[in-house]
Amino acid sequence: MKKLVYVCIVALAVLHHDFYWWHSHEPLLFGFVPIGLAHHVGISIGAGLVGLLAVKYCWPQDVDVRDTPPFVTPPAGGEGE
Amino acid sequence: MILAALNSGQIAVAVIAVYMLALVILGVGTGRLFRGTAADFFVASRGIGSFLLLMSLFGTTMTSFAIIGSSGQAFARGIGVYGQMVSWSGIFHSFCFFLVGIKLWSYGKRYGYVTQIQFFRDRFDSDKLGLLLFPALVGLVVPYLLMGVIGGATTMEKITAGAFPDLFPAHGQGPAAVAAGSVPFWLCGLIICVVVLIYVFLGGVRAAAWANALQTIIFIVLGIVTFLVISEKLGGVRQATANVIEYNPSFLKVAATEDDERTYQEKLAAFEAGTSPIKPRHPQEIPPLVFLTYLFIPFSVAMFPHLFQHWLTAKSARAFRLSVVLHPILMMLTWFPCVMIGVWATSAVVNGKAVIPPDFANQNAVLGIMVNKLAPPIMGGLLTAGVLAAIMSSLDSQFLCLGTIFTTDIVNHYVEHDRLSDRSIVLLGRTFTVAIVIVTYGLSLLYRGSSVFKLGIWCFTGFAALSPLVFAALYWRRATKMGAYACVITAAAVGLYFFSRADLAAGEESALVGGVMPVAWVMAASTAAMVAVSLVTRPPRPQTLNKFFAPR
Repeated sequence: MKKLVYVCIVALAVLHHDFYWWHSHEPLLFGFVPIGLAHHVGISIGAGLVGLLAVKYCWPQDVDVRDTPPFVTPPAGGEGE
Repeated sequence: MILAALNSGQIAVAVIAVYMLALVILGVGTGRLFRGTAADFFVASRGIGSFLLLMSLFGTTMTSFAIIGSSGQAFARGIGVYGQMVSWSGIFHSFCFFLVGIKLWSYGKRYGYVTQIQFFRDRFDSDKLGLLLFPALVGLVVPYLLMGVIGGATTMEKITAGAFPDLFPAHGQGPAAVAAGSVPFWLCGLIICVVVLIYVFLGGVRAAAWANALQTIIFIVLGIVTFLVISEKLGGVRQATANVIEYNPSFLKVAATEDDERTYQEKLAAFEAGTSPIKPRHPQEIPPLVFLTYLFIPFSVAMFPHLFQHWLTAKSARAFRLSVVLHPILMMLTWFPCVMIGVWATSAVVNGKAVIPPDFANQNAVLGIMVNKLAPPIMGGLLTAGVLAAIMSSLDSQFLCLGTIFTTDIVNHYVEHDRLSDRSIVLLGRTFTVAIVIVTYGLSLLYRGSSVFKLGIWCFTGFAALSPLVFAALYWRRATKMGAYACVITAAAVGLYFFSRADLAAGEESALVGGVMPVAWVMAASTAAMVAVSLVTRPPRPQTLNKFFAPR
């Protein structure tokens, strides 16, 4: 499923370059939205759906952190210098 | 009844006053929730839930460009602006929230980070890296702040024309002319800065999150209402688009055709003969490579310091889910109505007359004119409130993040060696935030007439050029300290080189390098530097890797 999500993101990026609609405004969606704009609105909706798939099937396992004391000052500096 | 006695400038002042008052009340209310700790001031005690996180991330990411810039750009270039700016961002903003935001939140919670610099110092095991990143981040945020204050004050000044003619007489000439009665620029900027300062000062990032929620709802609803009101005045949505097909069909496509050129010549002849109300605009198109390479711009969100701070406010990693899913949808809801209004404006006719004058060049004023001519006077005031909402929802986070960086990364870390008490940190955070607001306000008065808006795309280019740093830090074990230095230095050097060659007054095309957006070259260079230098330098210590990566 994780691979499918990545494929979907790449597919959205490829579909973004919609050269097949670049020279035409027809058909008009709902009689007023030119097809090129409708296509990109579709990509926005698609991005939301891919986000839904990502949070459902690709949720990272190591990110949930239990409550710790509210404020811990990070250690000063690194040892590299 | 009261509104009927007021002119449009006074109605605008009344609406803006109500809006500002609501923000101050909200600020005072959220200030009462403030617990007095640094964790609460800077990251809301990491207690912000899904909905508020969505609203604050979205409000912070959207600027005035989402409302006035989108319609103006659509008026100038057609529907292609949506593909350039919105659908790319819809894909990659969510991608960055998912891949970068959630991980940074988990490290922030685990190790107590409040700023990006703290994370990078630890991840790359380099105390001095902060000193390199600090000027880069501050240098990129300041022009962005200036755009907000100048844009907001200019909009307010224009929309309040006629409000107080006895108090503020007309002045200036040409494009800088200010109509009689306008609330002056200096006062508008002062009001914006003071209101933002009040709620940020009182409640820190929690107040910013609540204010962003209110502001985000205002500008989304306003865009949709404006769309409905204007389309009705133009004879309905179908008629509005039919006018564009008749006079300016190329604005409904990304690329112009020979038929569009022919239509242009015919309509121009008709206009000159006095038989057509609309002077057609020359067919426009967006070059394919520019359209494609805009994809790199949205990666800037991975390095926005103000967004980083909002990420850290999340109550849990799960709080990000709503933002990952709904951010592209909210972008669409905000931009689509404004893009359609901008395109309709090219060919809008009411009672046989063009709504926008022929050869009109001030594209950022297009939405204001459409509202003033086609909507009731109160809509003008509401529009300004919407624009101010978009601007102020970014300004608050940027003011606060600069205050946080100065306090935690410079004073507490490098000067006081992390020995300041919690109370002193809050006091310093507030003091720096006030100082930054004062400096920004002063700079906005100095640079009000400059082409600071053209700097916008360069700020995004700079942040995007630094994004390989955060992706490598999070996902590449072999990324080294020297690789990080090389990445930042290369991004700065290549970015500044292209910036110095660009003619800010000439517009976007003058900045293209080989027909491609400069961001593509700068990102490629900073990525190459990160990879090449990391591979030839000493790998990170195992202790560092164990802190940030799962054991193999």
